[in-house]
Amino acid sequence: MSYVLGLKCRECGRLYPKDVIFVCEYCFGSVEVDYDYDAIRKTFTKAALATRPKSLWRYRELLPIDGEPRVGHASGFTPFFKAEALGKVLGVRELYIKDDSVSHPTLSFKDRVVSVALTKAMEFGFDTVACASTGNLANSVSALGARAGLRRFIFIPADLEAGKVVSSLIYKPTVVAVEGTYDEVNRLCAEIGAKYNWAFVNINIRPYYAEGSKTYGYEIAEQLGWRAPQHIVIPAAGGSLITKIAKSLKELKMLGFISDAGTRLYAAQATGCAPIVTTIKERADIVRPVKPNTIAKSLAIGNPADGYYATKAVLESGGAAESASDDEIVEAMQLLAQTEGIFTETAGGVTVAAARKLIEQGVIPRDESIVLAITGNGLKTQEPLMNRLGAPTRIKPTLSSFEQQLQETLAACQPRSA
Amino acid sequence: MPVTVRIPTPLQRITSGKGEVPCDGATISELLADLERKHPGVKERICDEQGKLRRFVNVFVNEEDIRFLQGDQTPVKDGDEVSIIPAIAGGAPAAATPMVAASEGGA
Repeated sequence: MSYVLGLKCRECGRLYPKDVIFVCEYCFGSVEVDYDYDAIRKTFTKAALATRPKSLWRYRELLPIDGEPRVGHASGFTPFFKAEALGKVLGVRELYIKDDSVSHPTLSFKDRVVSVALTKAMEFGFDTVACASTGNLANSVSALGARAGLRRFIFIPADLEAGKVVSSLIYKPTVVAVEGTYDEVNRLCAEIGAKYNWAFVNINIRPYYAEGSKTYGYEIAEQLGWRAPQHIVIPAAGGSLITKIAKSLKELKMLGFISDAGTRLYAAQATGCAPIVTTIKERADIVRPVKPNTIAKSLAIGNPADGYYATKAVLESGGAAESASDDEIVEAMQLLAQTEGIFTETAGGVTVAAARKLIEQGVIPRDESIVLAITGNGLKTQEPLMNRLGAPTRIKPTLSSFEQQLQETLAACQPRSA
Repeated sequence: MPVTVRIPTPLQRITSGKGEVPCDGATISELLADLERKHPGVKERICDEQGKLRRFVNVFVNEEDIRFLQGDQTPVKDGDEVSIIPAIAGGAPAAATPMVAASEGGA
């Protein structure tokens, strides 16, 4: 059963049937899925949810598929917990982490959007899927597409981290490394997409694909006991995640699942690629494209597709934005690892570093509930950490060699619990 | 003082299939007014009710986005090339032709 009425232009409001349409033919605005919320109300209840499997598909009524899910049955419902130790360092009372660094199967939140996109692509009858990606999306389309038996074309910038390239190649898609920035890859893919009959998940399937991100927001509210936090700090690349978290909370409020917590959303970007943060700080109407230069390659989108809507979502929520330098990103990755035991990728470092600044500036109050959106895994982006973490203590295979080293180690390291 | 205005494929139905239309005017605003006189119906597609350029329509003067020049008051002179290019989902302004094929169900 489908709860999708059709597609609706975000700009002029024109309606379209649920088809492979991503741009309004009249005003060129982007289109968005429109749901029958009255029908959704009847089956989407807290009681019904309590009996459903812990995956992103538990929110099925609010996802744009007609039939049964085809992939991603174990995706979503990632860990959510109170981060006491990090909260202490940052000097805040109630800090939580939503941890998609352990998303099944490819260790980033992209498994959510790809599960929805591939299911939808198969419903439309596509046998080939494709994407333009900074890495995580590539991994997820490669893996979930393998499971679904789809032919896959993966387009990435040629300078991606080795971990992200290997994490696509292992699933044997066709990986195309384009000599250019992500924005150039994306532009090329728009041309390829017009010529070949493929489902480009982030282009012609985008209206459906993007809806998958809402599950990140639903889970935060559900895992908090059907309560919205007061603040959420979210990394921004194309800006879609922020807009979809905003939408998820609006929907839950409308359906009576949560009361209005006045949740403020905050955008986090790397200083070397901060078009959305700049737009928010300057309260500008137009997102000015930039040429990215940052170690946070998964966020290195200079011309963000949803930059305008992300800016709007942040400002409407009463939130703000902050950026982090490459050094701050690495320090924050280490801080998260050493306090909470989570090895996040550079984008997670951006979130933690930006949150830290916003707290220190007094923009985020220290005594309110704060959620940090950790969306990717550090094993994929090891390059910036090389030569920055020291080396293992090297010894001879003898007890005396160990004890000689141990004297120095014990002196340098005290347990936090002591 | 004719300036060549390049028309994206989805709007060529209004311009009788023409991909380029010579228009007169000293600014983008004047050019668009002339384009509307020559081919009525174009303006409502690229401008909103207030006459402001729609958010997902980009206008370039010799490859420069007018939003980063002087908007619709950007001056134009003889021989300039003005392109109307719809943005695509994905953010990057793309050549008009592929965008259209996709939006009309080419996928």
